Amino acid sequence: MQADVAIIGAGPAGLAAAAHLGLMGVKNIVVLEREPEPGGIPRHCGHSPFGMREFRRVLGGAAYARRLATRAEAAGARIHCNTTVIALHPGPELDLTGPGGAERLSARVVLLATGTRESSRVQRMIGGQKPGGILTTGALQGMVHLNHQRPFRRPVILGTELVSFSALLTCRQAGIRPVAMIEPGARVVARAGAAVLPLLLGVPVMRETRITEILGRDRVEGVVIDGPGGPREIAADGVLLTGAFRSEATLMAAAGMTLDPRTTGPEIDVFGRLAEPGYFAAGNLLRPVETAGMCWASGRRVADAIAVHLTGGLPCPAQGLSLRIDAPAIRYALPQILFPAGPGFHKSIQLRVSRPVSGELRLSQGGGLIARQPIRALPERRITLPIPRKLGEGPLSLDIEEDA
Amino acid sequence: MAQGVFDVAVVGAGVVGCAIARRFAIDGARVLILERAHDVLDGASKGNSAILHTGFDAPEGSLELDCIRAGYAEYREIHARMNLPLDPCGALVLAWAEEQQAALPGLMVQAAANGVGDVEMLDRAALLALEPQLAPDVRAGFRVPGEALIDPWSAAHAYLYQAIQHGAELLLRAELLTAERQADRWRLHTSAGSIEAGLVVNAAGLWGDHVERILTGESWFQIRPRKGQFILYDKPAAALAGHILLPVPTKLTKGVVVCRTIFGNLLVGPTAEEQEDREDASVVPATLEALRQTGETILPALAGQEVTAFYAGLRPASEEKAYRIRADLERGLVTVGGIRSTGLSAALGIAQHVARLAGRAPGVARDWPEMPVLAQDGARDWQAPGNGGIVCHCELVTRREIAAALEGPAPAQSLAGLKRRTRVTMGRCQGFYCSAELARLTEGRFTQPILAGAVDHAG
Repeated sequence: MQADVAIIGAGPAGLAAAAHLGLMGVKNIVVLEREPEPGGIPRHCGHSPFGMREFRRVLGGAAYARRLATRAEAAGARIHCNTTVIALHPGPELDLTGPGGAERLSARVVLLATGTRESSRVQRMIGGQKPGGILTTGALQGMVHLNHQRPFRRPVILGTELVSFSALLTCRQAGIRPVAMIEPGARVVARAGAAVLPLLLGVPVMRETRITEILGRDRVEGVVIDGPGGPREIAADGVLLTGAFRSEATLMAAAGMTLDPRTTGPEIDVFGRLAEPGYFAAGNLLRPVETAGMCWASGRRVADAIAVHLTGGLPCPAQGLSLRIDAPAIRYALPQILFPAGPGFHKSIQLRVSRPVSGELRLSQGGGLIARQPIRALPERRITLPIPRKLGEGPLSLDIEEDA
Repeated sequence: MAQGVFDVAVVGAGVVGCAIARRFAIDGARVLILERAHDVLDGASKGNSAILHTGFDAPEGSLELDCIRAGYAEYREIHARMNLPLDPCGALVLAWAEEQQAALPGLMVQAAANGVGDVEMLDRAALLALEPQLAPDVRAGFRVPGEALIDPWSAAHAYLYQAIQHGAELLLRAELLTAERQADRWRLHTSAGSIEAGLVVNAAGLWGDHVERILTGESWFQIRPRKGQFILYDKPAAALAGHILLPVPTKLTKGVVVCRTIFGNLLVGPTAEEQEDREDASVVPATLEALRQTGETILPALAGQEVTAFYAGLRPASEEKAYRIRADLERGLVTVGGIRSTGLSAALGIAQHVARLAGRAPGVARDWPEMPVLAQDGARDWQAPGNGGIVCHCELVTRREIAAALEGPAPAQSLAGLKRRTRVTMGRCQGFYCSAELARLTEGRFTQPILAGAVDHAG
């Protein structure tokens, strides 16, 4: 198979890029999706709203996913479902397998839009036995919203991110009554609006509490938690692990591509390019989770860059300047590589902090301050710092001067 | 329900029980296998280091050594006929401290005495040439070319399937409750009904002494469960070691092994922790962290590699190091107890020994099961057309492979059983992507379902 642009992943970012490239006149676009249907994670999110930014209306996840796919196909992109990319090669070339068996695809551009997944029990290092009934939100929502199945009745929920409340809603819709929401941190992570939900639903939230052990041989029978009141056992028939997203960058790791340990995703420049010629990346693969709308916007942005790239209009990657992070409170920042000529298609540096911070965010180059912005930020808030119209030469550094 | 009088009832469908059932069935006996769990391989056989050992370090002159040697030889002889993988990567026995180094010559002499004569001493430079990622403070070691990687579950399933092909029957959820010896036969009362058999083989693993007491009123050995925790790294880490990396063993344990798996991961483990409980295979984060550090002292490049799974196995050790195998043909009983750590390597050899004790003449297999290829470097189903698409994206398991594991001679009865047959959810996402599809594909198929029920009112 041959393509001008091969897009891996038919979620909001991949489908937005496909539609946008098609509208810009790029002809041979294929989208490779390993699931049986396009749409990505929104397909099995039970909650609204989706689509305000993209379609100027409020849609459910499944309807939103269908619209994205329809729009991409209307723009001329071909979506191949049940098609798994097995390996990335220079060229770019891809090893695929689909209903017809294995094959090779060569493309002028490969866009990686493989998204994100929640951390597993292993990655969270939760000890104990290994019974059935330990799920992530993604798995739960697939069971409830795609299959109308109920994996448990009285689970504990770990996490208080936005997705944790989406999981809580899914539980409610399925007649599942969570025993508690457990948050290792001192605060509920998601913003105030969502934080009242468990109160409304009668689910206690336990802060500064960890799950130290899962109990049960065949099915979950309970968990041991450790919190302000010391360790104790609570009965539950499931454990719902929510959030703690990490990039689905397996293909990249296997291909020996550089991953940013801060984002768990690829290193990109202001055009969404990777170091490997012909490879671009967009969406939730880039960093821990943002909304579908943000991914959609990321897909459109990278499509603009790819269109210029196809006409040979992007600057040589060798001119790129690495962005060094010098403040311990900065959890991640991207794009990781900027250009002397200016912002490209990522107009801003996007970052998050690892703890509440107030002070001044500073971008400097060769010792001189080139951009500054007061910040008062919480970990769950996205922070953006506009990239100056023109940068000079020399190494870039991002820092925070914290208030005393 | 199993009808009539069986020649042999094997209590316990672990790897040893399955191998014994296979041997007797091939030899022409009418065999029944009793298993208390929902699916086979649910006790000691569910977690191990997946190595086919040569027996180079087994106690000289022991029955264990004989069984390992015979089991090793038979596995190598039959594995290709059943499509079972074998990665003959060899092992390096490594000395990191002076006293370990001093023990090397003695171990090499022992290896030669055990019939493993092809070991070769290696100095630091030679070791680093063979394994460039080894920590450079390794002192010396020797290579055991015959040590190999296998698939612990496919092997045991293959033994079971071949037993069934030769007429054996499998009774699941059949816990032995009471037993009576009447003249020339046993009457066994199980949670799945009563059966009769001429000979009983106690291969109950972690419950061996318990089953012995049910059969005879007493037990001449005591099971002392020994837990082994493991961590498993994601596939990129497998490039860091070609050989199985073994430390110089102690009296108690072979020590912490670092090796690839046949599935393309890299494992570090096991620990050796005595405990009372026969079922609680809990993992402890602090111990897993210590394993990670041990791994990094052996292969420094493991730092930064991702751990994608952890597990613990329970070894059915007894109060003595030796295998506790004994036949009492007057009573119609062969006891196979205390197979503490080498059961996977020795299973086929133990089966030969047990058949000899029971006085069976060796038969010739008529049929051979063709096992699915799950090894990383094998011709996997996802590469073939018509596979129905991939369900488990991390381990590249197809819809056709899952369908096959839900059919066949001993269909999967639980998610754990399906994992062992296909590798679903064993990868880095631990079921984030495929759990929903698996729940759909398996609905109504398991005696131990994934689900707590259907949604009454999905919104």
